[in-house]
Amino acid sequence: MSNAVTRGWVIALTPPHWRRWLLTDTPQSRRQARLGRAYLGWAAFARNPLAMLGLIIVLALIGMAIFAPLVTRYSPVVSGDTIADRFLPPGGDHWLGTDGHSWDIWSRIVYGSRTSLLIIFMVSITAAPVGIIIGTTAGYLGGWIDTALMRLTDAFLALPKLVLALAFAAALGAGMENLILAIAITSWPPYARIARAETLTVRNTDYIAAAQMSGASSFRILIGHIMPMCLPSLIVRVTLDMAGVILTAAGLGFLGLGVPLPQPEWGSMVADGRSDILNQWWVCTYPGIAIFVVSLGFNLVGDGLRDVLDPREQ
Amino acid sequence: MSDILPSWLVSIGKVAVSIAVTMFGLLLVTFIISRLLPADPVLAILSDHASADAVAAAREKLGLNHPIPVQFALYIWDVFRGDLGMSLRTNQPVLEDLFRVFPATLELATWGILIGILVGVPLGVLGAVRKDSWIDNVIRFVGLVGYSMPIFWLGIMGLLIFYAKLDWLPGPGRLDFGYEDMVTPITGVMTIDTLLQGDTDMFWNAVSHLILPATLLGYFSLAYISRMTRSLMLSQLRQEYVLTARVKGVPERRIIWKHAMGNIMVPLLTVCALSYGYLLEGSVLTETVFTWRGLGLYITDSIFGQDLPAVMGGTIVVGFVYIIINTLTDALYRFLDPRAK
Repeated sequence: MSNAVTRGWVIALTPPHWRRWLLTDTPQSRRQARLGRAYLGWAAFARNPLAMLGLIIVLALIGMAIFAPLVTRYSPVVSGDTIADRFLPPGGDHWLGTDGHSWDIWSRIVYGSRTSLLIIFMVSITAAPVGIIIGTTAGYLGGWIDTALMRLTDAFLALPKLVLALAFAAALGAGMENLILAIAITSWPPYARIARAETLTVRNTDYIAAAQMSGASSFRILIGHIMPMCLPSLIVRVTLDMAGVILTAAGLGFLGLGVPLPQPEWGSMVADGRSDILNQWWVCTYPGIAIFVVSLGFNLVGDGLRDVLDPREQ
Repeated sequence: MSDILPSWLVSIGKVAVSIAVTMFGLLLVTFIISRLLPADPVLAILSDHASADAVAAAREKLGLNHPIPVQFALYIWDVFRGDLGMSLRTNQPVLEDLFRVFPATLELATWGILIGILVGVPLGVLGAVRKDSWIDNVIRFVGLVGYSMPIFWLGIMGLLIFYAKLDWLPGPGRLDFGYEDMVTPITGVMTIDTLLQGDTDMFWNAVSHLILPATLLGYFSLAYISRMTRSLMLSQLRQEYVLTARVKGVPERRIIWKHAMGNIMVPLLTVCALSYGYLLEGSVLTETVFTWRGLGLYITDSIFGQDLPAVMGGTIVVGFVYIIINTLTDALYRFLDPRAK
C-alpha cells in the first residue's frame, strides 16, 4: 500500500522532516496519527488530475461568490438602457452579452453562484440533520420504531425524486425557501440509511455500554456518542450529492419553480433565453455552461473523494 | 409460515406487501402535498370571489368536512378505484388524460434506454478491459460529463445546432406539423401506429423526431450504465476462473463476452431497469424542451395551469411505475441470483 500512496507531487513537495513526522509508523499522539492519515488521503486525492480539476472548479465557484462585486462591472439586477443595451452580443463591455431585460449575463452568472451555493448549503444543513436524527434513532432504539422509520425512509427512497420535488414546489409555490424545502424533503432518505448503518455498527460497542451503565439517557447517548460517529461517512455522501442538488435546482428553476426574477439563478436564466435562442444564442448558452461546469466540478471532487475513502474500486 | 406455503407464493406475497407499503407512503406524501400544504384547497379550485355557498359545496365535494384520517382513507379508496380526480385544465378525468399521454413517454424512454444499453455496455466493457488506459479515461470522462449535464440545456443546444443551424433533424414535437392529425392513435406509440397504418413516410418522420430526444436520454442513462458495467466487469476479470480460462488458452473475447458477461448479467439487468425508471423521470425535462406530449409535459403544463389534481395524478402514476420497476427488479435479482438470498 505504501508504495502506491507515497508518490505524487504532494509528497514530493513536503519538506522531508514534516514528511517523516507525518508518515511515521509510530505516531506519538492521536493528532499525529490523524494528521498522517489525512495527509496520505490528500496526497492520493491530489495525484488524481481530474479530482484536482474538480477542486479548482469548486474553489473558483466559492471565490466567484465571495468576490462577486470585484469581478463584475454591472449589477446583476439593475438593467441597462432597455433599448440600447438589450440583447447585446458577447464582446466589448458586456463580455458575455446582455439578455432581453438588458441585464449583463456575466454579472448574473457570477451572482448566480451565490444562489447555487446558498441552495446547496441550505439543502445540506436541512436534509443531513433530518437523515441523521431518523437514522440514528431507528438504529439505536430498534424494534417497531426502527421498522416504522425505515419503512418511511424506504418509501421516500422508492419515489421519483425530481417529480416529487416538482410536486412539492408546485404545491408550495415558486420561491427560494420552497425550492430548498422541496429538494431537502427528497434528499434525506439516503442519509438516514447511512446513519442507521453506522449506528448499528457502534450500538453494541463497549463504550456505548459504559455510557449506558453510567446512567446516560438514550437522548444523551444518541447526541453525544452515536451521532458524531456517523458524521464522516455522512459528510462524504452529502458532498457526493451536491452535483445532484445543483442539477435538480437548475431543473426546477428551468421549469419556473425556482427563484423568482430578478434574482439571478442559472436554471431560470436558461429558461429565460430559450425563446430568443435563434437570434440571441448567448442568453441561453452561457448559464447552461455554468451549470454544467459547476456540477462537473462537484462530481469530480466527489469521485476523487470516493476513490480515496473507498479503495475497493481500485 | 414458509412450511405451509410454497416458497414462490411467499416471495410473491413479499413483493406485493412491499409494493403496497411503498404505495401507501407515496399516497401519504401526495395527500399531504395536495390537501394539507395549500393554504386552502378550495381557493385553489374556486376564485377568491366565490360565494359562500359555492365554497361550502366545494368543501363537501372535496370531502374536507371529514376529519383528516378519514379524508386520507377516502383518498386511498379513490386512487384504488382509479379515480384521480378531474383535471381543471382539460375537464377530463385525470386518469384518462394520463392514459392518453403515457405511451409518448414510454416510447421516448424505451428508445432512450435501448441507446443507453447498446452504447453503454460495450463502452463499460472496453473501459474495464483497457483499465487506466487513455481510452478508459476518455470513456469515464464522457460518462461523468453525462452525469453533470443539465439535460434541458443540452436539449436546447441540440435543437439549436441540429435543427436550427444545420437543419439535419426536425424540430420539437413527435411528427411534422402536417402529419400530426393524420395518425389514428391505436397504441399511442408513433413508431408502431404509423407502421400499423402502413405509412412508411410517416414512420420515418416519427423516427427522425425521436433521434434527438432519445439520443439525449440515452446519453443520460449511458453515463450510469457504462460506469456500472465497467465496475462489474472489473470485479469479474480479477477472479481466478478468468485466470484459469486464460491459462487454458480460451480466447480473450470469449472470456469477456461469454464467461464474465454471463456472471454480471443479473446485476447488469438491475442497473438497466433502474436506469429505465430514472428515464421516466428524466423525461419530464426532456419533454418540456422538445414539446413531446407525454407524461412529463403533462405534469409541467398542469403546474402552470394551476391544475393540482393533474399534477398529483401524474406524480402518483410516475411514482407507481417507478415503484413497480424498482420492486420487480429487486425481486427478479433475488430470483435469478441465488447468492442474493
